[in-house]
Amino acid sequence: MAQAGSIARTAGRAGRRLLSSAPALFGVLVFTFLLMRVLPGDPAVFFASGPNAGKAEIEALRAQMGLDKPIPEQLVRYLGDIGTGQLGRSMTTGQPVLADLRERLPASLELTFSALLIALLLSVPLGVVAALRPGSPIDHGVRLLCALGVCVPTFVSGLLLIYVFYYLLGYAPDPTGRIDVFAASPPNITSFLLIDFALTGDWAGWRAAASQLVLPAVTMALFVIAPLARITRASMLAVLGSEFIRTARSVGLSRPRVIVTYALRNAILPVLTIAGIVFSTMLGANVLVEKVFSWPGVASYALDALLASDYAPVQGFVLLMAAIFVTVNLVVDILYGIADPRVSVT
Amino acid sequence: MTIPLLRIEDLRVTFSTRNGPVEALRGVSFDLRAGETLGIVGESGSGKSVTAFAATRLLDRAGRIADGRILFRGQDVSRLSDKEMRLLHGAALSMIFQNPRAALNPIRTVGLQLADALRAHAEMSAAAARAKALDLLKAVLIRDPERRLDAYPHELSGGMCQRVMIAIAIACEPALLIADEPTTGLDVTTQKTVMDLLARITAERGMAMILITHDLGLAAQYCGRVAVMEHGRLVEEAEPARLFSAPRHPYTKRLVAASPRLDSTLHDLVAGAAGAPGGAPGGAGVARADAPRPADPAGTPLLLEVRNLVKRYDGAVAVDDVSLAMRRGESLGLVGESGSGKSTMSRLICRLIDASAGDILFDGEAIGAIPARDFHRSRFRRDIQIVFQDPNDSLNPRFSAFDSIAQPVKRLTDLRGAALRARVLESADRSGLPPDLLDRFPHQLSGGQKARIGIARAIAVRPRLLVLDEPTAALDVSVQAVILGLLDRLRRDDDLAFLFVSHDLNVVRMMCDRTIVLQAGRVVEEGPSAALFARPRSAYARELLAAIPHFAPGPPLAAIA
Repeated sequence: MAQAGSIARTAGRAGRRLLSSAPALFGVLVFTFLLMRVLPGDPAVFFASGPNAGKAEIEALRAQMGLDKPIPEQLVRYLGDIGTGQLGRSMTTGQPVLADLRERLPASLELTFSALLIALLLSVPLGVVAALRPGSPIDHGVRLLCALGVCVPTFVSGLLLIYVFYYLLGYAPDPTGRIDVFAASPPNITSFLLIDFALTGDWAGWRAAASQLVLPAVTMALFVIAPLARITRASMLAVLGSEFIRTARSVGLSRPRVIVTYALRNAILPVLTIAGIVFSTMLGANVLVEKVFSWPGVASYALDALLASDYAPVQGFVLLMAAIFVTVNLVVDILYGIADPRVSVT
Repeated sequence: MTIPLLRIEDLRVTFSTRNGPVEALRGVSFDLRAGETLGIVGESGSGKSVTAFAATRLLDRAGRIADGRILFRGQDVSRLSDKEMRLLHGAALSMIFQNPRAALNPIRTVGLQLADALRAHAEMSAAAARAKALDLLKAVLIRDPERRLDAYPHELSGGMCQRVMIAIAIACEPALLIADEPTTGLDVTTQKTVMDLLARITAERGMAMILITHDLGLAAQYCGRVAVMEHGRLVEEAEPARLFSAPRHPYTKRLVAASPRLDSTLHDLVAGAAGAPGGAPGGAGVARADAPRPADPAGTPLLLEVRNLVKRYDGAVAVDDVSLAMRRGESLGLVGESGSGKSTMSRLICRLIDASAGDILFDGEAIGAIPARDFHRSRFRRDIQIVFQDPNDSLNPRFSAFDSIAQPVKRLTDLRGAALRARVLESADRSGLPPDLLDRFPHQLSGGQKARIGIARAIAVRPRLLVLDEPTAALDVSVQAVILGLLDRLRRDDDLAFLFVSHDLNVVRMMCDRTIVLQAGRVVEEGPSAALFARPRSAYARELLAAIPHFAPGPPLAAIA
C-alpha cells in the first residue's frame, strides 16, 4: 500500500516537473528561432537551382518558404506548426524533420547509451580503486588516464582507434555507420539495432552491429571517463572517511561489504547526477564522433543542416535536445529518490 | 592471577599532520578485567578517544601506533593482521560512537544493518538474521520494533539511533564494549535511558565496558573505576567516590572544581578553573557576592515582554502560547529538551524568524510586528544581540577575529576608522581576547577563543538584551567555567539582560535569576532559579533534574525532592 502510494507520489511529482519545464522549452524554441534568423546565410540563395539563379527565382523560393514575411509573423506561424506537431520540412533531405529525427535519434541514443555504459564500467572501478589508495601509484595512474582522456579530442582518439583496430590489426569492421552495408537489417521493432537483433535471436547480426558500435562508443567513453572517475574518487573518499564506515569496520564486516554495500552505494549518488549531465552533453556533442565513424545520428544531421542554412532541422534538433535534457534530469531525480531514502518526495 | 581482558602497556600514538608528527598518546597503561566498567574522562585533546580507536585498531589513516602493546586476552592486537582483526571486531570487541545518526549507514534500513553485523560472524539465513535483529531491537527497548526494522536512520530520533547502534554493537555478544561519548548531544532524560540501558545490558551479558566521556558525573554514576587523561597521559585512576571527593593530581582537582554540580556556584567554578588552559585572561574577578541589583524605579517599562507567542511549522507547533517578561539587567533561563521550542523562542525574540501569532514588546514597543527580514534596519537590532551555540560554524572562516567583531559595529553604528578600531579592541579586551589574536582566522584559534569572539561580536554594539543560545555547549568544562564567569561579569558591568537558553540545568541555575521550563512548546514551570531547582513543582522539571548525572559530594537529589 505504502509502495503504491509512493509510486503515485513519484508520478505526480514527475508530471509537475514536466509541466514546470514547459516555459524553459518555450524559451528554447523562441531563442533558437531568432538565432537562426540572425545567423548569416540565406536559405533561399542556398537552395536555388544554382549560382546563376535569377533574382525572381530566389524571391519565389523565399515566398514559398515564408521568409518574405516579417520575423514576428514567421515566429507565430512556426509556433503554430509546433503546436500541431509539425517541425517543418528539411530542405536538404526533402523529408519532414520529425521523420528524419525519428529515423536518426535511435542511432544516436544507442551510441550514447553504449558509450555511457562503457564509461561507467571503466570509470567507477577506476575511481574506487584510486580512492582506496589515495596518493598511491594507482591513484596517479588513474589521474594520468583521465587527463589523457580529456586532452585528446574525440576526432583524434577516434581516428587513432580506427588506425589501430581497423587498419593495423583488422579487428574492427570499416567505420561506416551502424551496420555493414551488405548485411540485412533486423525487423524494425525498437530501432535499436542491438535490441532488435537480440529480440529476433539473430546473434550473428547482433555481433556485427556490436562490432560496428564498439569503436565509436569507446571513443566517446574515453572522453567522459575523466569527470565520472574523478567524481567517483572524490565521493568515495568522502564516504570512506565518514563515521558509518568506521561503524561497519567496528562490527567486523568483510572488506568487500564495507567497500561496496556501505561505501560505494552512498558514493554513487553524486555520480548519478553527473552521469545525467554527461549523457545529455554526449548526445548533443558527439557530432565529431558521428562524423568520423559516418554514424547516421541526429547531431551530424543537425550540423549538415546548419551548414546548409536549413532552418527547420536545426530548430527541431535543438528542441529535441532540450526535451531530452529535461527528461534525463527528471529520470536522474527519480532514480536519486529511489537510491537515497532521505530525499523526500516533494 | 588471571590475565586481564584488556591490558594496555605504554601505548604511544602519533598522528602525521601537515606540521609534522603530533603525539596524541604519550605512554598510556591500564588494565581492564572481564565484566568491569572503566570510565575515561578528560577534555578535548586529552587522547581519550584516540585510546579507544587505537585499542580497536580503528584509527584513521594519519594515526599510527608508535609504541606499546595492546593485549586483548593476552594477544597483542597491534600485531594482528587485518583479517585477524576483522574477526575480533564485533565478535570480541565493539564500539558505540558519539554521533549515533552519523554512525549508521543513511541509505540502509536498520534491520539490514543489524543483519549485516550478525552475518559478519555467523552463517545465518536472511530470515534468521531478521528474526535475531528483531530480538535485538526488543532488547534495546525500541518501541514498535517490527516497524523499526524497515526504518532508515533519518526516520529515527537521536536516542533511537543510539539504541540501534547499541543493538549493532552487542549483536555478536562481544566481551568488551567501548562507548565513545555515547550520549553527548542527547537530552538529559534520553541520556539517562540510554546509559541505564547500556549499564543493564553490559551487566546482564557480563560484558566489560569502557565509557569515554567529558562528563564527570556520567563516569561517576556508571563506572566502577575512572581514569583521568590529560595531554595523552593517564594522570590519575581510582574509584569514582575517592577520585571526585579527594582528587590527588592537580589536573583532576581542576577538572572536578570546574564541573558544575548540584550545589556549585559560579565562583567555585571559576576559582577551580583558574590556571586551566585557555583560562588565563579574563578568568579572575567574578563578583563574589550575588548582591541583588537595585530595583528599577516605579514606572520603568519591562525590557522584554512576550505575550501568547505561537510559532507553527507546516502544521507542527514549535512554540505554543508562551508568555514571559524580563526586567532590565535580569537574567532569564530557558530550559527544556530538544523539541521543547527553546531555540525557536530565542530566534523569535531575536527577530530572526516571524511568529505565527502573539506579540513581542521590547522597551514597550511592539517589535514582533516588524518582519524578520526587515528587522536588521530597525533601531532595536542594536539592542538585541545573540551569541550562537557553535563557535565554529557561527564565524565566517574567511573573516579574521577583528573583522568578525567589527562587522556588526559597521552595520549598526556610525563608528568608522579609529573609533571603530577602538570599539573592537575594547570589546575584545572585555571578552578576554588578547589583541594579538585579532588578526587570526577561526581555524587558528581554540574553541574557547572562538567563543570569546562570538561574545565580543555580540557586545560590540552595546546591546541591552543578549540572547545566549547554548553558548558553552561545545566547550570543555574548564573553558566553560571561565566563559560563564566572563559572561556574568559583563552582565553586571553593563546591566545587560540575558536570555540564557541551555539544556544544562546546573549552568542555568548558576547564571540566571529566574528560569522557565519548556516542554513541547509550552511553559510547564517558571520561578526564581534557586527555588525552582530546590523544589521543582512540575513532574517534568523533577524528571529533568533527576536525570542529571551527578557525583557526590552534595546531598543526593532524592533528599531534596
